[in-house]
Amino acid sequence: MSDSILKVEGIEKSFGDVQVLKGISFTLEKGEVLALIGSSGSGKTTLLRCLNFLETPDKGTITVDGKLLIDGEEHKNMSDKEIRENRLNFGLVFQSFNLFPQYSVLKNVTLAPDLAVKEEIKHMKLTGAQAKQYKEKRYAENMANALMLLERVGLADKKDAYPCQLSGGQSQRVAIARALAMTPKILCFDEPTSALDPELTGEVLKVIRGLKSKDTTMVVVTHEMEFARSVADKVIYMSNGVIEEEGRPKDVFLHPQSPNLQAFLQKAKEK
Amino acid sequence: MLFTEVTLDLLVNFAQNGLIFLLTLLGAIPLGLVITFGSMSRFAPLKYITKTFVWIIRGTPLVLQLFVVMYVPGLVFNAPMSSRLTAVLIAFIINYAAYFSEIYRGGIESIPKGQYEAGQVLGMTKGQIFSRIVLFQVIKRTVPPMGNEIITLVKDTSLARVIAYSEIIMAAERYTAKGLIWPLFYTGVFFLVFVGALTLLFGYIERKLDYYKG
Repeated sequence: MSDSILKVEGIEKSFGDVQVLKGISFTLEKGEVLALIGSSGSGKTTLLRCLNFLETPDKGTITVDGKLLIDGEEHKNMSDKEIRENRLNFGLVFQSFNLFPQYSVLKNVTLAPDLAVKEEIKHMKLTGAQAKQYKEKRYAENMANALMLLERVGLADKKDAYPCQLSGGQSQRVAIARALAMTPKILCFDEPTSALDPELTGEVLKVIRGLKSKDTTMVVVTHEMEFARSVADKVIYMSNGVIEEEGRPKDVFLHPQSPNLQAFLQKAKEK
Repeated sequence: MLFTEVTLDLLVNFAQNGLIFLLTLLGAIPLGLVITFGSMSRFAPLKYITKTFVWIIRGTPLVLQLFVVMYVPGLVFNAPMSSRLTAVLIAFIINYAAYFSEIYRGGIESIPKGQYEAGQVLGMTKGQIFSRIVLFQVIKRTVPPMGNEIITLVKDTSLARVIAYSEIIMAAERYTAKGLIWPLFYTGVFFLVFVGALTLLFGYIERKLDYYKG
């Protein structure tokens, strides 16, 4: 299992007295799609937020491509710069999109890569004409890449629109393009369709389905069981802060072992 | 003609109100931001000192603050305030910065946490998140309350006369003392015109920022 792209070991996290994650361990291979399922409060979102450095695990380690990124006990000693570099291994698409309202769709996608170029220039100590030339070249690349990504999510014609002019489904597709622009090794989705009207979930799920390839590794927290069954290579069912069951979708969905998962799937079917 | 003469005299004195207004804004807008950072600090002592300071400034009359700045240095420290304008500006800038800081704080706290998190997961620095994402949204949200406060400032400038700094109302009172009453009421026109212009300006800025919602 040495070629696992993601290795999570013994993640624990408490908020005050409430232990939300009680030792989570799993691995994911490159190009796999992992669906995290479970009822509200089971800890799925907290786990995802730990991967993206939005929460600090109390214990446990997260390793990507053989590189140890987070060690719960050492985390406090990390510099801001290290955290920023490490978290870029992951991308995150939020339930509520969180697009930047004051920027056009295109600028939403190019902003972070452009700012990264600025940091690079500072780091390389470029100045004057050299810096300007480098910046222009890289900005042009970012722009071309952004347009390509918007094309991929089917929103090239909306590049000059503002987020307030988009539907929920379109907003979420822009958010996906924005996350992809930073070329994360692992793209995470936090209930990407939960804030959408039912008739809009399809277009977003279709885009996520379309991203599946041997190079794109994804972790998706979802309540869409049909989507999880058809797209995921691996399903993890969480309950009360532990992984209660994991495996191939057909095993998990057709032959659930634990009574909790059986009840959960039954309820999901009734919805 | 008396009317022209009075108008010109009042106009010249109204320039002092304009000067106080302009310099107060120049000082209070950035100082307010500094106070905001203090009152939002995670370092508890700084936070509580700042909050107490804002409470004192907002909790006492501006007139009283003018007296304190003008006379306390001389009475207590034996270092009399050399210029009345300096005293006026110190009192006004501190007073208005305290109010502005609360408007900014409200604006900053109204920005959803998700905006910060979106910037974080895209690898932005704290400075970039503030300057490129949050700041503009805060400005949009704080323009209406700031407009309100700034209009109040226009009229407050005439309080400078309590420490004998000559401005339009004080000039008008010189006519009153000579038995000519109408110039005092006439000063209202100057304020109305100035505030009218500001109202148009703020309306324009709000429309400019209205290209997006949220």
